[in-house]
Amino acid sequence: MSATTPSKPYENHLLRPGNTNCAGCGMSVGLQWLDEALGDEQPVLVIPSCCGIVTAGAFPTSGYGVPTAATTFASSPAVATGITAVTGMNDIDNPVICWAGDGGTYDIGLAALSAAAERNEDIIYICYDNEIYGNTGGQRSSATPVGSTTTTTPTGKTEGKKDIMAIMAAHRISYAATLSIGHREDFLRKIKYARSAKGFRFLLMLSPCPTGWKSEPDQSTELVEIAVRSGLFPLYEIFDGVRYRINQRPDNTAIESYTSQQRRFRQLWGNTEKLQSYIDAQWHYLDGMATVFPAKDK
Amino acid sequence: MSRTLATGNHVAGHALALAGEANRNARGCCAGAYPITPQTEIIEYLSGFEFTRGKIVLVESEHSAMGVCMGAALAGARTFTASSSNGLAYMTENIFAAGYYRLPTVMIAVNRTLGPPWNIWVDQGDSLMMRDAAWLQLYCDSHQDLLDTTLLAFRVAEDPRVMLPVIVAMDGFVTSHTQMVVDLPTQEQVDAFLPQCVIPHGLKHDHPATFGGLTWPSETELHRAEIQQAMEASIPVLDEARDEFEDIFGRRPAGTLEAFETEDAETILIACNTMARTLHNVVIERRAKGEKIGMIRTKLFRPFPREELLAAIGSAKRVGVMDRNHSPGSGGIFWLEIAATLRERPDVLLQDYLVGLGGGDVTPDNINAIIDDLNHRTSASEPEWKDNTA
Repeated sequence: MSATTPSKPYENHLLRPGNTNCAGCGMSVGLQWLDEALGDEQPVLVIPSCCGIVTAGAFPTSGYGVPTAATTFASSPAVATGITAVTGMNDIDNPVICWAGDGGTYDIGLAALSAAAERNEDIIYICYDNEIYGNTGGQRSSATPVGSTTTTTPTGKTEGKKDIMAIMAAHRISYAATLSIGHREDFLRKIKYARSAKGFRFLLMLSPCPTGWKSEPDQSTELVEIAVRSGLFPLYEIFDGVRYRINQRPDNTAIESYTSQQRRFRQLWGNTEKLQSYIDAQWHYLDGMATVFPAKDK
Repeated sequence: MSRTLATGNHVAGHALALAGEANRNARGCCAGAYPITPQTEIIEYLSGFEFTRGKIVLVESEHSAMGVCMGAALAGARTFTASSSNGLAYMTENIFAAGYYRLPTVMIAVNRTLGPPWNIWVDQGDSLMMRDAAWLQLYCDSHQDLLDTTLLAFRVAEDPRVMLPVIVAMDGFVTSHTQMVVDLPTQEQVDAFLPQCVIPHGLKHDHPATFGGLTWPSETELHRAEIQQAMEASIPVLDEARDEFEDIFGRRPAGTLEAFETEDAETILIACNTMARTLHNVVIERRAKGEKIGMIRTKLFRPFPREELLAAIGSAKRVGVMDRNHSPGSGGIFWLEIAATLRERPDVLLQDYLVGLGGGDVTPDNINAIIDDLNHRTSASEPEWKDNTA
């Protein structure tokens, strides 16, 4: 992975050298691409208690080169609301970005997230979804896929992954999209579009966690590429909560090429039927939505 | 200045609105607001107020209400909210966060019993639960005290020597829903009293810091020690603010506490909020009969004004505490503080009375029974439960 914004001195990068991210953490790519897409614009980051704030490292230094508020676990949308309320009435245009994990988004923070979306606050909310409670060592979340083992589901999770995109779309927010660290142009374009849109915007990024996924750190980008190509992590956008655009269709890549490289899926080795049926059902729904409610050409 | 008849909630809402509006030429004001009985009318009042530069955000929970206040304070605005009882309990995590972040929010706590079982009447246990949350706490005995104290609270909270949030407490229903005559200030007076809100450690693009990240034990200890220093500094700051308040508004609100007939008193009773007003009348009656009795109304609970309290207790030999709260397994929370204050006064007989829990009326008869009990004691006992039929 190359440095993304060489025109800026390192101390002004959104993610600075010296941050504490593990090798292969999806956040390292995601935060740098976020920085690249924003260009010279300096956002305010609002980060709840999660790996994303550990990234900053210990006081008085910080791995973040932009003003950053570390909030309580369930509060990033509420704190961001307070910030945008004040920047809004003082004509300050720097984007306010929540950067939260799946625990803070799908689970403990869902009520505050839903409320901020319903109020249509002027916030870009990015969920880096590693499908576990990574910061506490890898426990089940409602984003954990079916069959995946975690420290609290040692024989594999029996329930499927919560469809957070559908939940956010149901709020009729102006923009919701999925982000892949294996698809750079698509990633940058979506950040730029989100920046140009108004109101509440939601972006979901699949974020490999080699520690929790029991995968090789140098495979993270490739794993996300496979997740997209196999159909497990669809790349798509939802405009105003009702108009769907699929960015890339599955290409018959076998899901085994994804599960076999991660020991979290060891319960599925040799039998990926449950995960495949999750993928099929997901695409049945998405194809239906994109056919009946297609996004207009932009 | 206008003299008017108003409820406690109306007075509190009006004071918050005037204080928020007074910051219109700086970053403005912002509140996260969520209703709960008996404070709901405060956030209704704020929602109807037309701010020049201000926003009331109607959130989905008390937890988020304080989250909005924190974000707005980080962005430089004057912030405030109101809550009660289980709302305060639900907000607790972010109440602590606002204190530890040193964000000068002012919150009206309309005291209400914590449930279950559900009970909407007064009990100070809800705001006292926040005693360790790095917030100043001020308890008000009347509508005028509430108005004046709310304005004082912003001055003290936003003073650079303090920079801590403040809870201003009143009794649910007894104060919140009754009317008293109050002097309402003009916007010009409040503008003159409250300087522009400046929060030195907010989010700044020219100095991009991470606010609230990780610290090691040594820095955490320093952080707590600095909060303690700020707490201690707040007492002289409060007194300065009262001086300036008097210059502008022509009256002097109570500060840390109010002592009445304590100079030669042998017996002193201590109470807060409206119980103290009933107690005041009882003291007048018993003084008329020649009894050497006095009273202290505790107003500032955090920081706890030990020096001022010791001075007010003076040479009294019997001190009774009326606690409208209960810490299960221990006793009254004011009593615990006062016991610590009297740790070098073994000559004082200190007795706790748990009264008016769950909003039971505290009548002159109740208080007379307490005084009689206190005067006939040869030693102190565990906290006494005094029900309102005594």
